[in-house]
Amino acid sequence: MAMTLKRKNPVDLIFSSITALASVTVILFIIGIIYVLISESSLSIEKFGIVKFLFSTEWNPVKEDFGALTNIYGTVLTTVLSLLFAIPVAIGIAIFVTEIAPNFLKGPIGVAIELLAAIPSIIYGMWGLFTLSPIMSNYIEPLLKKATANIPLVSILFQGTPMGIDILTASVILSIMIIPFTASISRDSFNLTPAVVKESAYAIGATQWEVVKNVILPYSKLGVFGGVVLSLGRALGETMAVAFVLGNNHRISTSLLDAAATITVTLANEFAEADNDVYLSSLFYLALVLFVMSFITLAIAKFFLLKAERKYSR
Amino acid sequence: MKTIFRLALIAALVFTFAQVEAAEMLSGAGATFPYPVYSAWAYDYNKVTGVQLNYQSIGSGGGVKQITARTVDFGASDDPMKPEDQTKQKLLQFPAVIGGVVPVANLGNVKPGQLKLDADTLCKIFLGDVKKWSDARVTKLNAGLKFPDGEITVVYRSDGSGTTAIFTNYLAETCPAWKEKVGAGKAVKFPVGIGGKGNEGVTNYVKRTANSIGFVEFAYAKQNKLVYIQMKNKAGNFVEPGFESFEDAAETGDFDAKKGFYLWLTNAPGKQSWPIAGATFILLAQEKTGVNKQTVKFFDWAFTNGDNKAKELVYVPLPKSLKDKVRAYWKAKGIQ
Repeated sequence: MAMTLKRKNPVDLIFSSITALASVTVILFIIGIIYVLISESSLSIEKFGIVKFLFSTEWNPVKEDFGALTNIYGTVLTTVLSLLFAIPVAIGIAIFVTEIAPNFLKGPIGVAIELLAAIPSIIYGMWGLFTLSPIMSNYIEPLLKKATANIPLVSILFQGTPMGIDILTASVILSIMIIPFTASISRDSFNLTPAVVKESAYAIGATQWEVVKNVILPYSKLGVFGGVVLSLGRALGETMAVAFVLGNNHRISTSLLDAAATITVTLANEFAEADNDVYLSSLFYLALVLFVMSFITLAIAKFFLLKAERKYSR
Repeated sequence: MKTIFRLALIAALVFTFAQVEAAEMLSGAGATFPYPVYSAWAYDYNKVTGVQLNYQSIGSGGGVKQITARTVDFGASDDPMKPEDQTKQKLLQFPAVIGGVVPVANLGNVKPGQLKLDADTLCKIFLGDVKKWSDARVTKLNAGLKFPDGEITVVYRSDGSGTTAIFTNYLAETCPAWKEKVGAGKAVKFPVGIGGKGNEGVTNYVKRTANSIGFVEFAYAKQNKLVYIQMKNKAGNFVEPGFESFEDAAETGDFDAKKGFYLWLTNAPGKQSWPIAGATFILLAQEKTGVNKQTVKFFDWAFTNGDNKAKELVYVPLPKSLKDKVRAYWKAKGIQ
């Protein structure tokens, strides 16, 4: 590296040093954040240990007894549910925009998707609280409850009074938030499918459905997967959109109509007024857990992406 | 070259002005609850004196931390700091505004102020022991009111807040079962119910949920025309939440300058006292006499000229007797 730098002319040298410096700052930031998270949570790590903290359902600021399980549960559940809701819709949007929509519709839909992504998450939160939550509690949730009442196991998911402040509402808001990410990345990767291949498929008599299923999706599954992973990251860390409609309830419940807490919601709700050291330290500990969770998710995603890429390039 | 020179000149000018501004600037940080009234006072004070006040509402915990670290001129906190902690951190403390917490309900056609409760029943409802409004413990306090048979939904604050601290302190003080099972603090583990984020969240849920009960700051109950509940106070009278009953609580509450005014203003003994009130406090660094004089000047001005503004924003100004106590405290500490 140093050798190649020396041979370059001075302007290039300065230019490459500046870009290198910029990249190094990112790594420094990450290391700094990890350092702060660990040092601030050390008190809580000492008191509760790792296993006990991760598997304790207790969250009681008055008794100074903290555990992360209820938060992890809420985070994972809302994220998975929102992906389940968002992925089909997002891929549907992408297919419609790239393959089916007439040209005059492509522009407006594309802009609408990008606008959806640009709305600040607090707006989703307030909209969720004042608009979506009453709709959920008055219409959708009673309907779901009725429809599933006689199905064993499924009915467990819809127990309790529909309040509109629950895992289901939060997941719906999250899914609306992440649709633009999945949709626009999927759209871009669908567009990368070579026109020749598509036209050949049509030429041998394939229907639109067959072209999408057998040509476009196989060509672009990596990109779609990338979009899903990005959305996953967004859903894991999303805070304000769900803070208003999740209730910050530190209990593990099997019903989707119950309030819950995610790591970020707990942080947003309790950070400002956390007044004793163990409490504050436990909140930092929670943040550390989220950091590790995001890291593991991204690592797994990256692993699969690389593996698929290698297979694909052969 | 000319433009660069011009830019430099402008920068220099701006910098000089910034320097002048800095000399006449007070910085504070802390509680979110009094933020609207502090900034309204600051706006008027700036017009009169030219002094700028920069108040960051980052939460009481943050306010205490910042003044302890001496990064601001004053800190603001919704919960009183204990005298021993004041000594330890070398801080001075005095109350600035009074606030009240009001239980509110959503109960068919029951109107604001019609429903009456005492501390014990309120506590049993929040513990989940009293499950229905038609429970005998509620109806015996409310002869003549018709109650629906549905289950009570309790709504509490999901975020840590001074409002929760005042409310739970009241329950812990008046109800041994609450003290033992739940305790008091800015965030507690409520045994039953659903959590709303902020006063606006609780207001929203109570309005929407039939047969619910919650607690909010007085301003929210008033502005949203919620069905507030009359409470039985320590003297045994049922009182309505309002400026008079909050002021009565502040007047009869045992604020002691020797303890740096450390007091939870719950269950005050006055005949007309609202039982669930609290003061919000200002914290000063003991050694910064010069800065403290500036801060005190601001609050002295606000005590004299700011009562109407505070009431307009539905805050309760300190009663005269308490203002006098605070002024005497300033004099004794040599900062006025």
